[in-house]
Order: sequence, then C-alpha cells, then structure tokens
Amino acid sequence: MAADTLEFEEPITLLQKEMAAVASLPSTPERLRSIASLEARIQELRADIYKHLTPWQRVSVARHPNRPTVLDYVDRLFTEFVEIHGDRRFADDHAMVTGFARYHGEPVLIVGHHKGGGDTKQKIFRNFGYAKPEGYRKAMRAMELAQKFGRAILAFVDTPAAFPGIESEERGIAEAIAVNLRDMAALTVPVIVIVHGEGGSGGALGIAVGDRILMHENAVYSVIPPEGCAAILWRSSERKVEAADALKLTAPDLLKLGVVDEIVPEPIGGAHIDHAAAAALLDGPLRAALSASSAHDADTRLELRYRKFRQMGSVGIA
Amino acid sequence: MAWFKKTRKPIKGDAARSVPEGLWVKCPGCKQVIYNKDLAANLQVCPKCAHHFRLSAAERLRSLFDEGAWVEHDADLRSNDPLTFADTKAYKDRLAATQKATGLKDAIIVGSGQLDGLPIVIAAMEYAFIGGSMGVVMGEKLTRAAERALAERCPLIIVSCSGGARMMEGALSLMQMAKVSAALSRLDKACLPFISLLTDPTTGGVTASFAMLGDLNIAEPKALIGFAGPRVIEQTIRQKLPDGFQRSEFLLERGMIDLVVDRRQLKSTLAQSLRFMGAAPAPAPPEASAAAEQPAP
Repeated sequence: MAADTLEFEEPITLLQKEMAAVASLPSTPERLRSIASLEARIQELRADIYKHLTPWQRVSVARHPNRPTVLDYVDRLFTEFVEIHGDRRFADDHAMVTGFARYHGEPVLIVGHHKGGGDTKQKIFRNFGYAKPEGYRKAMRAMELAQKFGRAILAFVDTPAAFPGIESEERGIAEAIAVNLRDMAALTVPVIVIVHGEGGSGGALGIAVGDRILMHENAVYSVIPPEGCAAILWRSSERKVEAADALKLTAPDLLKLGVVDEIVPEPIGGAHIDHAAAAALLDGPLRAALSASSAHDADTRLELRYRKFRQMGSVGIA
Repeated sequence: MAWFKKTRKPIKGDAARSVPEGLWVKCPGCKQVIYNKDLAANLQVCPKCAHHFRLSAAERLRSLFDEGAWVEHDADLRSNDPLTFADTKAYKDRLAATQKATGLKDAIIVGSGQLDGLPIVIAAMEYAFIGGSMGVVMGEKLTRAAERALAERCPLIIVSCSGGARMMEGALSLMQMAKVSAALSRLDKACLPFISLLTDPTTGGVTASFAMLGDLNIAEPKALIGFAGPRVIEQTIRQKLPDGFQRSEFLLERGMIDLVVDRRQLKSTLAQSLRFMGAAPAPAPPEASAAAEQPAP
C-alpha cells in the first residue's frame, strides 16, 4: 500500500497510521469514538485534497498503478466478454485489448489500452500500455469487424504513449496511427471514447476518434507528457509541475477547450480506491452517450463526427 | 548537481541545413564550397554531392507551381494563444517574434495554381516558424486545403517539414491530427489524389497523421522521417541508433515510403503520378468573349 501512496496523500496516510495504532489496542468505548472521529477526519481530508488537485497531482492520480484498467470496467459493466487477438499481420499486442461483450444486453465492441495494473509481471506483459503498430492495427481490425456487423464501439484510452522504439518505427507506428485516425472518422457505427486514465498524445488519439468523448475527472489528455515538455521548453524535466499547468491537460480544461464532451465523476479519492464505485459512476454517462449516438442514422452520425472534429481548435484561431 | 552531470545545450537553430546568407556556402554533405547563386539555380541541391538543403515554404511552392505563381489562401489566420501558454518565454511573444522574422502568420502556406498544367492545391510548411510545428492554424489551413481540393475536384499535395504537434497549443494541436485526417478521408472517398511529400524533417504528430496518408508518400533523399524523436528512442532502448535510422532510404526499405525522389526530378515525378491518378488539365480557356467574364486568375 505504502508504495502506491501519492505524495500529496501523505496527510491521509498519517491519520490512517494513527487510526491503525488506536485500533490495535484493546477496544474501549473511548477508543471506538476516537476511531470513528479519525475515520471522519480522513474522509473530510481526502475530499478536501481531491477537490483541490493541481494538474500535476492529477497526472499522478491518472498514472496510479491501481487505477482501473479496461478489463476492470469490462468485469463490472459488461457480460459475455470474448477477447479477440492479433492484427493478422504480425503479432498480438498485449498493450491493446480488443473483444466483444454485451452492455446492458446490447452487443458492443471494446478496444482499449492496458497498462498492466499494479502487478509487475502484468505490467511487463502489457508493455506498460505502450502499444506498437500491431496494437493499433489490431484495434482497427476489430473496429472493422464491428463496422461490418453494425455493432457500436467503446474505446477505453489509457496509455503513456505509443511505444517509442526501433521496432515501432520499422513497422510503421506513424502509419498505423494515421490510418486509424482516417478510418475511424469514416466508421458508420457509433463510437464512444472514454479517456479514463492517461491520454498520451498520438498513442491515445490512435483509438480516440469518436462521436462523444468522455473523460474521467482525474484523467489527463495531452500532446506530450509534462516531463517531455519540460525537458524541451524548460530544458529540465524537473519543471514538470509547471509544464503540467501550462499544457491544460485536465478534464475541466479540455471540456472548456472543446476537446472532450463530458466529465465522468470518480469516487472521492480517485478511481483507484474503489473500482466498483468508479464503474458505477461511468455507467450512466456511458449509457447515455451510447444511446444518443445510436439514435442517429449512419449518415447523420458521420456528418456529426466530422463536424465535431472539424471545430477542434477554432477556439484558438484569431 | 553532480560534477559529471551533462549540461544540456540549448537547441540551436539548425544552421547547417538551411542556406546561410552570403556569397559562398559550405555544403554539409561534401564540405565543398558552393557559390550561392549556383545553389539557388539548382533548387538548393548541392551540385557536387546532391545534398538537399532545406527549402522555405515559399521556395518550395515556387519550385512546384508553374511559373512559380499561386493564389494564396487563408494567409491571415493566426493563433490567439488559446492556452495562454508560457514556458521560459510567453508563447504570445514567441509567436510575435517569429511572425516578424518570417513574415508569415503561422508555419504553413497554402496556395492553388497549376503544376505542369494540372490545377492543384499545395500546402507547404515553414520550418523557420517554430520548427514547422502544427497548431490550430496549420490544422485549420490544411483542413480547408483538403476541403478546397474536394470542392474544386482537384488533387492536393502537402509538403511536410515539421517537428510535429505544437506543444504550446496543447491537446488542441493533437486534435488537428484527427481533424486533417478526417478531411483527407473525404478526399479519399471522392477518389481525388492526395500526395504527401515528406522532407527533412517530418516527425511526431505530422508523420502520425496526414504525412503517412498519401495515395503516394514521396520523400526527399536522406530526410529524417519518424514518429518518436531519435533521442527519445535512444533513452528507451539505452543504446545508440544505427546509422541511417529514420532516414528516407530506411523507410523505403521498410516499405513505408513509395519512392524517394531527388528534388530536381520532383516536379516531373509529381506530374506523372498525378496524371496516373486521373488529374486532368484545366479546360481550354474559353473564347475571347467568354473569357472577358472570367475573374482574373
């Protein structure tokens, strides 16, 4: 647990330790009262801290190792999940999950990055959520399957970035992402995007073109990680806190800029402290977004999706 | 700070690759000294070793449009600094200084005209403008260029020369990748030719969107083309990258580029390609009486 405690949650940890110390003593009415009051103070403190998160603190929440993964949401909101694998060209990328399931009875396709959660072996297996070209091609192939059979697509975005390595470049990571951007714009079925963790630049966008973009309260979505931005513009990755501020990568900022459509609330203390509660809070907005998009005929949906992305950035043009 | 810690040198303007002022230029390829006028007459290609110097956006358009003439579009669009971004310098000031230095409002020029008699829209990037980075203005101008090509049913060429998405406009820059790609998807559906010309350098979000979506992806020799920057990859794999990695010829070998073309053969190759893809010359000018009613070109 201690390793997963975020720096700014230290005051909460102190109280929790105090509470544990009291709880370890023989129980008396007075001690029970003191435990109850400590518990209440913890709740209050946590609510207060999470109400005033700085952008950099949100980055650390978004990257929390216990943050729910796409499969954590699948377990709680979907039934009959069947995972499918591979891009039929080169390999099966474990950093990208694809499969079909039922959502409130309706068949849907799920695609999503997977960082591996809290377990080191899983993290390595998932390549920490850094997908390679085969991951993006796997996602597109699955989406084409959904297109063919008229099923809606739900895309769960949570990646630090597309994998920056020799094999990525050799196999055309740029081309793989580019093709997804073009072809997702032309899918006639409903596409709902959920940026629930880290929206790491092109690697995130490569599965994030849709009719409605939901973004979790403590998720981040950015053109470059704050560390990278700081290293280039401030010439020191130590200035990541300022960079996180400047990049306007939080959900409220991106809602204002028109990059996302809606903010999905999280349990107090972040989605990582209660996966079931996090899933329950996503259900309503997701269901509403899906039924709104499904209500349109294919031509209208295509036109609206085009217009949605067509207006992106208009706010920044004089 | 540890005594052995490497101090980072500020990123210098890539002086070696663009053509400096003055009468004589030393070629970074063959180290020979070249007369500046000879270089200009040779499309900024070294006559001795064929090293390709970087072209400005205007030079690029002059080299492609017939008679070096085009009608410019959306020249006045400029960024309003939507994030009120500041690093060591305010983005607003950086923009103003760059606009003054380049005479451009942003890192791209879009024009329409003719290439070997074929009506066409061409967009060319200006590396001297914040590394040719793509923000909302470039995204909007490219989208309008694609929409214009669609409306006029003519081909589109985008000449990339860019470090990628512009950090100072944050996620809005990122979204331009999706926006331009969506516009290109419409061009694709209408079977209108789109040629992506990749020049040194084409990296990041520009590569991972429209630059890789050409019906033909054509590169100039030895251009740096990639998604992640070489330094980022070296940090990931903790070893030096092989020579020639992420250069045009490397991408050609890996099947990502259709052809690598010397700049001096570029215009004719483009014209041949466009004709193959169905581009046709503008209808012959109407008779004198009708011509009088036509607006001036």
